[in-house]
Amino acid sequence: MVPTPKRQWQVARVAAIETLTPRIKGFHFTLPEPPAFTAGQHMDVRLVAPDGYEAQRSYSIASAPERPDRIELAIERLEDGEVSSFFHDVVQVGDEIELRGPLGGHFVWSVEDGGPILLIGGGSGVVPLMSMVRHHAARASSIPVTLVTSARTAVDLLYLDEQRRLQANGVFRLVARVTREAAATPDLGSGRIDRPLLQGVLDAMPDPRIVFVCGSNPFVGTVADLLLDLGVTAGRIRTERFGG
Amino acid sequence: MATRGFSGRGRTPSGQDRLPPGQYTTADFPVLSLGPTPRVSLDTWRFTLRVGPKPVKQWTWDEFNRLPMTGVTQDIHCVTKWSKYDTAWEGVSIDDLLADAGLDAPTPWVLAHSFDDYTTNVPFADLAGGRGMVALRYAGQPIDADHGGPARLLVPHLYFWKSAKWVNGLQFTQQDVAGFWELRGYHMYGDPWREQRYSGD
Repeated sequence: MVPTPKRQWQVARVAAIETLTPRIKGFHFTLPEPPAFTAGQHMDVRLVAPDGYEAQRSYSIASAPERPDRIELAIERLEDGEVSSFFHDVVQVGDEIELRGPLGGHFVWSVEDGGPILLIGGGSGVVPLMSMVRHHAARASSIPVTLVTSARTAVDLLYLDEQRRLQANGVFRLVARVTREAAATPDLGSGRIDRPLLQGVLDAMPDPRIVFVCGSNPFVGTVADLLLDLGVTAGRIRTERFGG
Repeated sequence: MATRGFSGRGRTPSGQDRLPPGQYTTADFPVLSLGPTPRVSLDTWRFTLRVGPKPVKQWTWDEFNRLPMTGVTQDIHCVTKWSKYDTAWEGVSIDDLLADAGLDAPTPWVLAHSFDDYTTNVPFADLAGGRGMVALRYAGQPIDADHGGPARLLVPHLYFWKSAKWVNGLQFTQQDVAGFWELRGYHMYGDPWREQRYSGD
């Protein structure tokens, strides 16, 4: 079951800031009441100006539920993004930011839900999937998990080094693609996530219990349609669409 | 609590009285759905009105399109924080739908159903009196499948998850029955002006 959301705003402290890709930073927060959450959930962030004006956004949690004491939100800088550019340009370690959550009860997975599971993420859509991958690793689960990820270039692939290391356990498999450059290393492919790629992934994992797809709306739409064409039933496909 | 260094450059002074708390405006029309966009054929499309489990009226696509059409232009507010001003819709008001079925609301509660098994609850009072419709057109065109076409519920004064995409039926229920998101922590009513995002708000 999904934990009951904690809906009160909490004042969280920024414990660390990491540059993950040229456009995405990871913000690590400590909260007075660490939230019990399920991988895939998000937190709401509230910024308040001195005159009371406020801006809110939702950001997916990237860290594992096993570490509620240190919540990581990965935030992509958006063109004209009032909140994302504030995080990228102004926020420093030690700052206090209001958060509430966890929120969202559909795009979630824990090892108790079983598998195998297939995770497909485009760009920053990898964030909630990474929480699932980290949860899977923290629990030393033997459930087969395949992550299919794509980004413009190799440096845009979120958490690539960590994902490469996690493959050593033999149950987590990474399939990564870059869309706007030739792949520079043998374990990366070039080109978009397309039908032959997904066909190959499904040949290796013929009956995924749940397929999670996250990314921009065109990405999710394309991938979900391909999955339906390849015979995955709609009830097994869960989507989360970023952007806008 | 004021956030250090935040002044808020996104505000639109002239529009503050039409922007609910915690929302920002967008010119885009973002898409949020819980799964794949369902493939709905107009040949097999049906809209069913139920009282409890019992169907009381069903329309085909052609029959539905012969019902009186109403146009509205309204602001819409998504619980994920975006708002979009002046969205123009055309469709069948719930008043006209019930009139065609010859039905007076038998209970105060309605559960909307969709082709993807999505459900959401809306009090009948929020659908009646021209406040809700089954929309068939957006901005003068048939509604894109991504945005809920061929038909979606439109209840613009509530958070937009109440405006069920791919709607295929309304069901009067004996009590207020939680729908898909309402079972997953979202508010039973969802008034953007009272910022009723999550249960307990």
